[in-house]
Amino acid sequence: MNLQITPQRTLAETAIIDAFGERLSALPGDGAVMVKRDNAIEAVKAGLPTKRVESWHYTDLRRLLTSVPPHDETANAKAVAPLIEGSTVLSVLNGVASEKPAAIDGVTVQPLAEKLADGSFAPALETYGSDDAIGALNIAFVGDGFFVDIAEGSELEAPLELQNVQAGGQTHVRLPVRVGNGAKATIVERQTGSGAALASSVSQLLLGDDAEILWIIVQDQPETATHFAQFKAELGKNSKLTLFIMNAGGKLVRQEVVVDAKGEGADFKLRGVNLLAGDSHTDVTMVLDHSVPHTTSTEVIRNVVTGRAKGVFQGRINVAQYAQKTDAKMACNTLLLSDDGEFSTKPELEIFADDVQCGHGATVTEIDHNHLFYLMARGIDEKTARGLLVKAFLAEVIEELEDEPTVEALEALLDGWFATHG
Amino acid sequence: MLEIKNLHARIVEDGTEIIRGLNLTVKAGEVAAIMGPNGSGKSTLSYILAGREDYEVTEGDILYNGESILEMDPAERAAAGIFLAFQYPMEIPGVATMEFLKVAMNAQRKARDEEPLKIPELLKRVKEAAGSLNMDMAMLKRPLNVGFSGGEKKRAEILQMKLLEPKLCVLDETDSGLDIDALKIVADGVNALRSPDRAIVVITHYQRLLEYIVPDSVHVLYRGQVIKSGDKSLAVELEENGYAGIIEEAA
Repeated sequence: MNLQITPQRTLAETAIIDAFGERLSALPGDGAVMVKRDNAIEAVKAGLPTKRVESWHYTDLRRLLTSVPPHDETANAKAVAPLIEGSTVLSVLNGVASEKPAAIDGVTVQPLAEKLADGSFAPALETYGSDDAIGALNIAFVGDGFFVDIAEGSELEAPLELQNVQAGGQTHVRLPVRVGNGAKATIVERQTGSGAALASSVSQLLLGDDAEILWIIVQDQPETATHFAQFKAELGKNSKLTLFIMNAGGKLVRQEVVVDAKGEGADFKLRGVNLLAGDSHTDVTMVLDHSVPHTTSTEVIRNVVTGRAKGVFQGRINVAQYAQKTDAKMACNTLLLSDDGEFSTKPELEIFADDVQCGHGATVTEIDHNHLFYLMARGIDEKTARGLLVKAFLAEVIEELEDEPTVEALEALLDGWFATHG
Repeated sequence: MLEIKNLHARIVEDGTEIIRGLNLTVKAGEVAAIMGPNGSGKSTLSYILAGREDYEVTEGDILYNGESILEMDPAERAAAGIFLAFQYPMEIPGVATMEFLKVAMNAQRKARDEEPLKIPELLKRVKEAAGSLNMDMAMLKRPLNVGFSGGEKKRAEILQMKLLEPKLCVLDETDSGLDIDALKIVADGVNALRSPDRAIVVITHYQRLLEYIVPDSVHVLYRGQVIKSGDKSLAVELEENGYAGIIEEAA
């Protein structure tokens, strides 16, 4: 006998379902897109994932998502100064793509709303599995974003900054980027805002053969915002992707990274800095597939936890049976600065090939008291000395980026965060 | 300048008493050597002077220029002019030596209400001090003490001492791990700092260092007490006869 139990819906679940009914007629999309939206909201109706769902074990979404604000048409989001001076900026303000900037050499930009309206984007609206609550939420509500196409062989001189700025309410944005063979660029994804929004954002990167991308995600939402983000990438032959993520804000944050190294010789680097303060909950979850032989990856995550903040890093590496000679290394190091902070790390390696090198390591430490004493014995006050040591702990992953303006911009963000939370 | 009165101190963690009624006075302009066998409390004394929290003073007092320093944290003591050259300088990955020097020098200047040093002036001072110690400027671009040899670490300590211009210098076993050439360079560095308004406390196990840094007074530390004081001839006597005689004499 099958017993079907439908638990009572939470306020958040009800609010999302109600919002869908209200928003649907205003959302762009042809028949195909609307079918995707309907299917996606069904997944939400089945209930948000709880800790019993393995990939959500440390982030019980059903329990943690308590406030879902209604869509706010009048929210007034303003573009922000780019992270790196001289960048070309494309802003999505309060969920709507702002005017296109002047033409960029080798780059085609189209507001995503157009590609939703004509249905050409419908095939790309896919979740990546039954637990993909963020994908489903985003597909149901996505209204706009930018579709960026970087032509084969182009090398962008200035970084391209994709801004997603909220000012409250709900924003659901997609940022698909297609990079042609042999193209090179630095792309900055800014996730920021000023309101207590529910924001979802999905970036989709298709990396051509021999292409090289440095993609920097900087998330510094206010401490009232809920931020659900996904970064999905497919890597072509001999392509290189370095993904740098800095989380420095938000109340409830989940950043998923879903990468498929599907071209031989592809290389993926993930570097992450999580600065966690207050009562926030921040989850970075990665699923990386090594699908073909001779692909490499390294992941280094550094976390600083203050206050009562909770952090999570889940790193799953799947090595297909056929993916011989895979080389994958993962490390997650946490500096706990308060007794009430928490960080959970879950590395998972699923390896079907027999000739691979895979490793992982995790540490949780406090500030080394010997180091602190040494610095203070030179006249450096305790607060400054602690700041120096924390920065030293994080500097390694930032300085590895080598590009000076980028490193300086990120270190300035770090200093800013410390001035407020250190 | 430094007056230690009936000092008793123990290790916080397990309560072991290390310093047991220590008395010592060092005047401005004086170079005082503290000698003693292993385990007599020499390094502990240096840490207590610098304000390390692992030790707790249970009785007595430490006066610096007539005022107790027991309530001051290590940074405050340093800003007031107390400097400890560590026996084992810490390696601190991720903190560039040059950046550290800048922060330390300016932190002390700030504590004394002085303007921060501008970069060119700072570089000039560092270059001069490093040159006098035969140190390569390239070394200062590396993380603090990381990968430095034993001798390089000791030189880096003296470099910091020169730059910070303290009033009370405590050198903890600065001679350990140094070959004779490095020892001479380090000793020259220390001797250059001798001045009528500065006191230097040299903690050492062997007399060797005192041939290069000639002390005005020598104090023998044993079981947490100064059991004998004298002039530089006391160090020579110790070198020839060892500690046993003096320990017996005191007992």
